[in-house]
Amino acid sequence: MLNITPNIIVKASQLRKVYGKEKTVAVDDVSFEVNRGEVFGLIGPDGAGKTSIFRMLTTLLLPDGGSAMVDGNDIVIDYKKIRSNVGYMPGKFSLYQDLSIEENINFFATVFGTTLEENYEIIKEIYVQIEPFKKRRAGKLSGGMKQKLALCCALIHKPKILFLDEPTTGVDPVSRKEFWDMLKRLKDQDITIVVSTPYMDEANLCDRIALIQKGKILSIDTPNAIVAAYPDALMEIKADNLYYLLRDLNAYEYTLSCFTFGEFLHLALKQNNVNSKLELNTYLTSKGHQNIIINPVTPTVEDCFIKLLHD
Amino acid sequence: MINMKELVIETRNLSKRFGDFIAVDNISFEVNKGEIFGFLGANGAGKTTAMRMLCGLSIPSSGDAMIAGFDVYKETESIKKNIGYMSQKFSLYENLTVEENIQFFGGIYGLSNSDIKEKGRALIQKLGLESESRKLVGSLPLGWKQKLSFSVAVIHEPKIVFLDEPTGGVDPLTRRQFWDLIYEAADRGVTIFVTTHYMDEAEYCNRICIMVDGKIGAMGAPDFLKKKFRASSMDEVFYELARGAQRKDA
Repeated sequence: MLNITPNIIVKASQLRKVYGKEKTVAVDDVSFEVNRGEVFGLIGPDGAGKTSIFRMLTTLLLPDGGSAMVDGNDIVIDYKKIRSNVGYMPGKFSLYQDLSIEENINFFATVFGTTLEENYEIIKEIYVQIEPFKKRRAGKLSGGMKQKLALCCALIHKPKILFLDEPTTGVDPVSRKEFWDMLKRLKDQDITIVVSTPYMDEANLCDRIALIQKGKILSIDTPNAIVAAYPDALMEIKADNLYYLLRDLNAYEYTLSCFTFGEFLHLALKQNNVNSKLELNTYLTSKGHQNIIINPVTPTVEDCFIKLLHD
Repeated sequence: MINMKELVIETRNLSKRFGDFIAVDNISFEVNKGEIFGFLGANGAGKTTAMRMLCGLSIPSSGDAMIAGFDVYKETESIKKNIGYMSQKFSLYENLTVEENIQFFGGIYGLSNSDIKEKGRALIQKLGLESESRKLVGSLPLGWKQKLSFSVAVIHEPKIVFLDEPTGGVDPLTRRQFWDLIYEAADRGVTIFVTTHYMDEAEYCNRICIMVDGKIGAMGAPDFLKKKFRASSMDEVFYELARGAQRKDA
């Protein structure tokens, strides 16, 4: 899809949202574009402004500045048209807890003037997994089942764009993988997906991502391009005691940055030369570290995010 | 610190049944003083139920457990005094100030007024919250809230602190600062019992227990588990174990 001229389906221009008497800026002049058919990820922690952006794009919240177009419609003027073209799954479970699975789906289908039968194809694969429990009330479902039901309800009117606000937060790694597999198959049905997540490892599953913090976009690009733009040479380092290793490396005079990444630390030095590794090894040995491993390593999106936060 | 082998958590055949459903099924394990113990598992694997029993909030159906030297059947009040607890969902009161939260929780944990004052001041200084101490907790960024919440949960120097997904939703930098606090507390001898969905954080634990269908699927140091499952990362170990789970959170 990237071979053809990108066809922009969402365009946000200087979008702004301010809350309360204290005029807290939740979304700070944010601009970005989403191409038709892609999976676009808004990657950032709680409080970054992701939900406010989603709610403005789905016409549930009026912006305090800027504008946005969704599938050719203005979010303020043409809000009704947008509502029939987008599906929205909020981060918080928002279906009717005392209606059954079946009743929730029928309710949302009716609101959008359609039926389960009419658009069965699009939700079929997800629906069959919850169908055995279709008489059960939504409030009595497990987390994973609620999520699948919410996705069915968001898809029942065959939207062109699906907005998913933190669908995998608090979900275990296995269920997260399954959810992303589901998204991939929706993408294959030509649905554009805009998804937010606080999990940096999910960035690689998106076609393009925006890294966002405190209402501002720090960087927008493909995950590969974001990683390629990382400016420093990174090393991964391991020794017997990771905590003391981190402390000693933070105290090392040539350290630019040092952070934990699983079983390794990722270290960037202020200056790198042919002797760097040797000097580092000598320093760590003098501090009593044992079984030291030092290797060059490719940065991850999480390295890039931390670097951007640091600057 | 682990050489002393002082056990602060001991469970034997601990089970919890709800009707026909066995939420926690015969789990036995031990945690040493000062250890960082990771408690992992898919949604629905029984982590929360197990943790509630260990905190003295839920009486087991069968089996035994001693927490900080107290019995989970008879001495639940003593357990509560000797542990700290925080989760992403419940931490501090949003409509109290930073200082008021410290006073409140210090009081609950049985500290004297002078202790609360002294420890509160040290805590605020350490977190760099001096100019925020009279602000409502609700107005703080999530990352600060979580760090404050952890510091409050250990203000009474408990033997064990239970952390239920403490880093959910915070930015990657704050997540690491949070782990610095965890390491420091463990270094002081506080035992850390932590659940997380971040597999990189599993690597920071001394030992990990992975729950599958209410049972212990695997337990040991991260390196040991990776070797055992011939996996290159904890993510793979977790995937290997949780994939085989019968009790699917469908």
